[in-house]
Amino acid sequence: MNVLLDYLPQFRDGFLGTLAITASSALLALVLGVLIAGFRVSPIPPLRAFGTAWVTVLRNTPLTLLFLVAFFVVPQVLFQGASPYVLATLALGFYTSSFVCEAVRSGINTVPLGQAEAARSLGMTFSQTLGQIVLPQATRTVLPPLSSIFIALTKNSAIAGAFGYGELFNLSKLLNDKGYAIAWIFLWTALAYLIITFAISAVFRLLERRMGVAR
Amino acid sequence: MSGASVLYDVPGPKARSRNLVYSVVGSLAVLALIVFVVLRLNTQGQLAPEVWNIFNNAGVRTNIRDGLLTTLQVFAVAAVLSLVLGVLLAVARLSDHRPVRWLATGFIELFRAVPLLITIYALWVLLLSNRDSLGLAGNQPQFWALVIGLTVYNGSVQAEVLRAGINSVPTGQREAAYALGMSKTQVMTTVLIPQAVRAMLPTIISQLVVTLKDTSLGYIITFEELLFTARQMSTNIIVNGNDTYVPFIIVTGAIYVAMCLALSALANWIEQRGRRAKTGIGVATAGEPVTATDAMEVSDAVSDGPAATKD
Repeated sequence: MNVLLDYLPQFRDGFLGTLAITASSALLALVLGVLIAGFRVSPIPPLRAFGTAWVTVLRNTPLTLLFLVAFFVVPQVLFQGASPYVLATLALGFYTSSFVCEAVRSGINTVPLGQAEAARSLGMTFSQTLGQIVLPQATRTVLPPLSSIFIALTKNSAIAGAFGYGELFNLSKLLNDKGYAIAWIFLWTALAYLIITFAISAVFRLLERRMGVAR
Repeated sequence: MSGASVLYDVPGPKARSRNLVYSVVGSLAVLALIVFVVLRLNTQGQLAPEVWNIFNNAGVRTNIRDGLLTTLQVFAVAAVLSLVLGVLLAVARLSDHRPVRWLATGFIELFRAVPLLITIYALWVLLLSNRDSLGLAGNQPQFWALVIGLTVYNGSVQAEVLRAGINSVPTGQREAAYALGMSKTQVMTTVLIPQAVRAMLPTIISQLVVTLKDTSLGYIITFEELLFTARQMSTNIIVNGNDTYVPFIIVTGAIYVAMCLALSALANWIEQRGRRAKTGIGVATAGEPVTATDAMEVSDAVSDGPAATKD
């Protein structure tokens, strides 16, 4: 019990750290995921192949390995001096983008055929059909899986703490080193994660209600 | 591409030439990306033959093999235990006794909501500080922290998957079984669970892929599985003044991807086989592991929801 009161500022910082890393990598994952999903359904074979390779590799690689790449290979080989925050965002964002891509792609497939056909018969191009007709409608079906993906992302962000980025897991390690009972630390961090994940599902439920249109 | 996509027409001559231009530009862009990375790696001396020669060393190969075996060992134990726990929790969650139901629900919700890494870490600290009274030696605290952590997390997820499967069995089955005079236990074990497992097998295996990937969390609690071994060797083996992260990560990554793809292929095969068989049991789609995307909406897995698409 004491551990929370004694280290309230640290808990706040850890909580904010988790929020920050989750938000930035969610944004990166969303942008990349939609882009790659566009590649995967496009009429251009090389882009399709690239999209498939992207999803296959990233979905089947352990996230810890991607963190190793981000923290040891990227600084050594590509660019130096990036902060743990940037590197962790890259690892989490790239990993999650593959799940977002698959969710978006299956969302695209649930849009009734007639919609795309009508768009095409009006003379719309592929990107117009996708951007103006199909994706806006797909958004609704994609929301529930996206919410699950972002909840998983929140939990995955704990790995960033193991690589030295200051968030809730990092804090637990720190407090444990100071000799506090692990059970209490566990309880409070669990509670903090619960707050975030509940908030995410509440936001998405709200979005679903807002966007829900009878088809 | 069967029947092409609905998103674009079968291209005419003009579109074909335009697509050709895009194809060339697209390939060039992808190629440029690859060339850039390869060139960078090359200037850093990561592609020199000496760097890759380390895999000719018998010691390195033995270490990788041992790491792989440890990973598989953790995976095997955790997979079996999580399936057992999953069945127990699913049955408990559907129990008629309210306290049992609540306990199981609380357990599932708690461990599904907490990051697996934090569970594993807490277990590791607990086991390490009590190692003497528990009679654990060597790296056993890490092993059991990893196995128990994977078991409670994946067991909770598998429980939700199974529960969705049990609920998807037509009510007539249950009613018929009761009408034959079967007891509750008999109905569960001989009628409901077998059908639930059959329907959910692809999802269960997809979840096992997640379990396999998550064994790499052992790296963080310094358990010597594949990833940790690779990491250690890459800092210890220095070639031309560089540590050897790149070759080790490429090789280990390839091993992980291959193992996960093999398991996913199994899930897809079972899904297709299940669709052909005329048992009347709907088989879930293998595509989406319920978790990674987490088991919040498991019940969707059975319906032909958005998860149903595959190439």
